[in-house]
Amino acid sequence: MKIVVPIKQVPETSNVKMDPKTGTMVREGVESIINPLDLYAIEEAIRLKEKSGGQVIVISMGPEKALEAIKEAIAMGCDDGVLLSDKKFAGSDTWATSCVLAHAIKKIGDFDLVICGERATDGDTGQVGPGIASFLDLPLSTFTSEIISIDEGKIQVRRLVEGGYEELELKLPAVLTVVKEISDPRLPTLRGKLRAKGVEIPVWGPQDIGVDEENIGLKGSPTRVVKIFTPKVTREGEMITVNDEKSLEEAVDKIMEFLIKKELI
Amino acid sequence: MGEVWTLAEFSHGKLSSVSYELLNRGKNLAEKLNTALASVVLGYNVKREYIDELIARGADKVYVVDDKNLENFLVEPYAKVLIALIKEYNPEIFLAAATTTGRTLMPYVAVKVRTGLTADCTVLDIEEGTGNLLQTRPAIGGNILATIKTPNTRPQMATVRPHSTKPALPDRNRTGEVIYKKFDEDVFLSKSKYLRFIKDESQQVSLQDAKIIVSGGRGLGRPENFKMIDELAELLGGAVGASREVVDRGWKPYPHQIGLSGKTVSPALYIAVGISGAIQHIAGMQTSENILAINKDPDAQIFKIANLGIVGDLNEILPLLIEKIKAYKKKEAV
Ligand SMILES: Cc1cc2nc3c(=O)[nH]c(=O)nc-3n(C[C@H](O)[C@H](O)[C@H](O)COP(=O)(O)OP(=O)(O)OC[C@H]3O[C@@H](n4cnc5c(N)ncnc54)[C@H](O)[C@@H]3O)c2cc1C
Ligand SMILES: Cc1cc2nc3c(=O)[nH]c(=O)nc-3n(C[C@H](O)[C@H](O)[C@H](O)COP(=O)(O)OP(=O)(O)OC[C@H]3O[C@@H](n4cnc5c(N)ncnc54)[C@H](O)[C@@H]3O)c2cc1C
Repeated sequence: MKIVVPIKQVPETSNVKMDPKTGTMVREGVESIINPLDLYAIEEAIRLKEKSGGQVIVISMGPEKALEAIKEAIAMGCDDGVLLSDKKFAGSDTWATSCVLAHAIKKIGDFDLVICGERATDGDTGQVGPGIASFLDLPLSTFTSEIISIDEGKIQVRRLVEGGYEELELKLPAVLTVVKEISDPRLPTLRGKLRAKGVEIPVWGPQDIGVDEENIGLKGSPTRVVKIFTPKVTREGEMITVNDEKSLEEAVDKIMEFLIKKELI
Repeated sequence: MGEVWTLAEFSHGKLSSVSYELLNRGKNLAEKLNTALASVVLGYNVKREYIDELIARGADKVYVVDDKNLENFLVEPYAKVLIALIKEYNPEIFLAAATTTGRTLMPYVAVKVRTGLTADCTVLDIEEGTGNLLQTRPAIGGNILATIKTPNTRPQMATVRPHSTKPALPDRNRTGEVIYKKFDEDVFLSKSKYLRFIKDESQQVSLQDAKIIVSGGRGLGRPENFKMIDELAELLGGAVGASREVVDRGWKPYPHQIGLSGKTVSPALYIAVGISGAIQHIAGMQTSENILAINKDPDAQIFKIANLGIVGDLNEILPLLIEKIKAYKKKEAV
């Protein structure tokens, strides 16, 4: 099995701070991490390799700093990595990002599976996985929660949909995007970290992957972000404190009144 | 000017109500652009009553592709059909719901028609002067809102967050045009095969369809206490949600998880019980129309986004609430 796992480096958003004046994210002092939802993809790829042999290659498009993310994935147990980094890639929307990643995957070649995270926690679109499948004309399973079996050039998967699960059979090579339920990510080991230090990570630009420069970066992106602002999160909420029988009664009556007034009951 | 299109979505033989929400969005845009509103229906044995319903709810035209090969959603054949339709009719705008189907199909299509796609929009409008679609969506876990344009390519494609608007109401006097399209077998060739659907028996109402969601967090203390959440949800005809803490402890299976690494929902009412309101949880539910929070900690983050907050012990509040709802329903029934 040769598995390619595209991963994105994202800002740690657990305690995002917004600049109230500019409405943009304060990036200083914000740590960069592997997109948390990509850890499930990495883990599943490593498990498949451990079971049936093969190779796991992580790829990431981003600034030079994204090398850290690739090294961390290798420390977890991936074999190799490729960094896609070039000024010309900057400003890519999901169309252009999928285009770059698809070209890189094609160059790696001879792969059986591409496993992506469900979505990145910053851009939050979930469009890059399906986009890669479309560029490569490959079958696709999104929201994959389990790999049921792989044999004879076919993979059976279960995916999480509204109201239940669906099972599909895809011909290999195929693209999967995965949800948290699929695996429980391991931590990088000390040995892994040492190994990651020694692994040479090639850096590819547009020429290396043979992508048309008209199709990448801002120039190749059909969408434009025209405005970013902070939503009004605080609601004019009413608060009631329960500290005795009487206030308990009042609070519950208040909930009933709320449900009735809003026609929710 | 091309038309405004919406994708009508089927789920298990029934037209889902997000299809009507999209018509509501589409109507507003089509009126501003002075163009026709059309729905596209892909499926098998598409009943005439569904087509009439789409017309009653605002579609001027309905494109129907009815074929055995489209019985279940598979991305490759669905995409090929849509791409052919887009090439033939050149719509100006194409909207689908941000459901598992929409979020899979639309990016696959957008890549091949080489146009922009904006994800999970909550606000759509037309820019004065240019006539461009202004697509606003939450990003970075809901910490920001971004407005996005697709200035140079058509159609302008977007997925729209379910429940972010009301379904269009039917007007039985409306008439519309129905266009049936046929495709050759080779369009339906696919490297994927649909095997089966497995219903989640633990959910009477699916989280994405639910008008009301009652969610429980670690504050419930013990898995048995989740029975109160289940009962409250059932009484209100709602679905049951959970925080990650609860799912990781095995009190509820993963399909119930709301938040960054779970589902994103936007019901008419979200009731958060014993949930602190961590940013990753809020990311999955903050666009709910109404939020009711019950938590014993007055400083819990969840209260910041609640319309009604009750500070107190859930073990006292829930039983009394359940009792009062039962009494109310009994009274209403007579
Ligand atoms: C506020 C904001 C809103 C945006 N909205 C849109 C929009 O609506 N439409 C649009 O086309 N673009 C949009 N963009 C641009 C988009 O964020 C970038 O194109 C980004 O590079 C990829 O999209 P994503 O973060 O949504 O990734 P997702 O599509 O959510 O990522 C899914 C998976 O793809 C893989 N992946 C994603 N990016 C990379 C990468 N750089 N390297 C390796 N693997 C990767 C990972 O496996 C990841 O889990 C927006 C950007 C911002 C800042
Ligand atoms: C990458 C990443 C992704 C994540 N994704 C998700 C996600 O998708 N969904 C999610 O939910 N979380 C997610 N988390 C976890 C999140 O950060 C929180 O840890 C989690 O939401 C907390 O769950 P909780 O509110 O149930 O528990 P806690 O934070 O422990 O809160 C319990 C609350 O119950 C209250 N309480 C206790 N006893 C009572 C009582 N008797 N009566 C009333 N109130 C009481 C307490 O005051 C407290 O506020 C993610 C974290 C990371 C890092």
